[in-house]
Amino acid sequence: MTLGMTFGVGLQGLAGNLVTVEVDIADGLPAYTLLGLPDAALSESRDRVRSALTNSHELWPNRKVTVSLSPAWLPKSGPSFDLAIAVALLIANQTLPNCEDTVFLGELSLDGKVRSVRGALPALLAAAKAGITRAVVPTANLAEAKLMVDLEIIPMQTLSEVLRWLRTGERAEAEPLDLECESDVGLLDFADVAGQPRARLAAEIAATGGHHLLLIGPPGTGKTMIAQRLPTILPKLSIAQALEVTAVHSIAGTLGNRAPQSRLAPFVAPHHTTTRVAMVGGGAHVIRPGASSLAHNGVLFIDEAPECGPGILDSLRQPLESGEITIARSIGNLTFPAQFLLVLAANPCPCGKFSGRGRNCTCTSQQVRRYLGKLSGPLLDRIDLRVIVDPVSRIEMAQNELGESSAVIRERVIEAREIAAKRFASESWKLNSQIPSRALRTTYQPERAAMNFLHDELDRETITARGLHKIIRTAWTLADLHRHAIATLTDVKQAYTLRDGVEQ
Amino acid sequence: MRTVKKKSLNRSTGAVGEEFAAQYLLNRGDEILARNWRIREGELDLVTLDRSGLIHMIEVKTRSSSAFGHPLEAIDSAKAHRIQRLALAWLATNGALGCDYQIDAIAVLISSDGSHTIELRANVL
Repeated sequence: MTLGMTFGVGLQGLAGNLVTVEVDIADGLPAYTLLGLPDAALSESRDRVRSALTNSHELWPNRKVTVSLSPAWLPKSGPSFDLAIAVALLIANQTLPNCEDTVFLGELSLDGKVRSVRGALPALLAAAKAGITRAVVPTANLAEAKLMVDLEIIPMQTLSEVLRWLRTGERAEAEPLDLECESDVGLLDFADVAGQPRARLAAEIAATGGHHLLLIGPPGTGKTMIAQRLPTILPKLSIAQALEVTAVHSIAGTLGNRAPQSRLAPFVAPHHTTTRVAMVGGGAHVIRPGASSLAHNGVLFIDEAPECGPGILDSLRQPLESGEITIARSIGNLTFPAQFLLVLAANPCPCGKFSGRGRNCTCTSQQVRRYLGKLSGPLLDRIDLRVIVDPVSRIEMAQNELGESSAVIRERVIEAREIAAKRFASESWKLNSQIPSRALRTTYQPERAAMNFLHDELDRETITARGLHKIIRTAWTLADLHRHAIATLTDVKQAYTLRDGVEQ
Repeated sequence: MRTVKKKSLNRSTGAVGEEFAAQYLLNRGDEILARNWRIREGELDLVTLDRSGLIHMIEVKTRSSSAFGHPLEAIDSAKAHRIQRLALAWLATNGALGCDYQIDAIAVLISSDGSHTIELRANVL
């Protein structure tokens, strides 16, 4: 037989397709043809595969080699097909037995090492869905591959190891992997934050109900500290959520910063000079997820939000609305998940000192007004909590005892979330921030006195109809935290205060 | 001077290889119509007629070691096209236009001890 066949996986965003790699060796002048819409990195596989084979003491067939990656219409990218091509080639050359039900992932180096690939986890998810039962993966990708419990994972370091295993069934046992969740030791903790009772409360509410948060305050008051500690009070991710997060990070190639099996909510903080593509995802040849998708199921923190370029923050409006982001490019449309908790931090004015009595502020009143005006109305409308973070007072600083630790707050968050989940058992949403406005006016109305208060405010035009809905959503979260069966007048009043960042 | 010497060495290696190839084809029962048929555009190493009446245009590549790749790898697409044109030219000058023909390649590997291996690839273009 001069035909060999193996399986690889082609990725388009998070969606994978099982790709059949066929190699035909025909009589004729030595040549190598690669079919099936390969990109530049994949076309270069010829030279990698050839060198890897010769340097693993295998024979390169000096004949007409045709490699076909089907389905042929699907554009394929990246070097992850190298291993599948090399194995199929040797099967076609009749120096290897047939190997079905196995998918091969891996880039080959010239000396025959199997190198790590991007997107190993989503690739394996696609393979498992297509009925594959075994996967050969680079050892460097073992940690994420191990998350696939229904696949037999075979980690390999070199091509010759793969070939020995295919010929004799022998292989070196991989070192056992520590799949325990990382401990919380060494993580940030809310106990580090001095004072700031209001911002701490807002963070707790944001974590409980999934409400987006805007922190306004002069530099050095702890805005960034608070945002960084949000993941420590968010509930640990479920297995399914953790898989989603790891899949996105695997495609972006950022698993170096994050353990694949981590159950901690991700925290992503793009710099305010970031571009739109870096924020929502994109790219010319290979579309990669942006910061908003990397923060999926976690926190997206943008410091100095008013300094962001025009349109950058507004590009977040679609993911804020739908929880996913669709990127349209000439090579097709891709959808990445992007359900994140948005935390914006801003100085009150360009010089940053306009707070309290604003004594040291050097900005003109117009500058002050214009500064926060850079945050567009539609975006602010999606933010339920706006909190002024005041400078820490000497009394707060002098306090010896630490604030509440993250573990204590997380306990409360989880309990309150359970109450909400019970209430929403028959609904399609899980968090208070996700209650649709129609349901807010019917099933999930606060108590009568609270509604009267809100309607009065509406009459006085201090809040808008949309603002009213947002207040009710936050009020429900407060009710859950306070163990009220229904959102009460106090919950609503507190939510009202938190929405505008003004003192009652 | 060196290069001249080297070149002549190459030509002699090639000539030896072509002799081996011709012998191989004769043993197979083919009739040799032309050897080293040369015009300005280039050279056809061998033109033969097999027993079924098919004309073969044969490019012979000889190497004394495979350290620099397989002999047939030296035939790139430009060379292949030149052979195609030469084939038509040969058919035209010999009044054989319209006859069935095919282009073959023969690799001759000569070892240092004088023994040789022959590899024939039929209909390569």
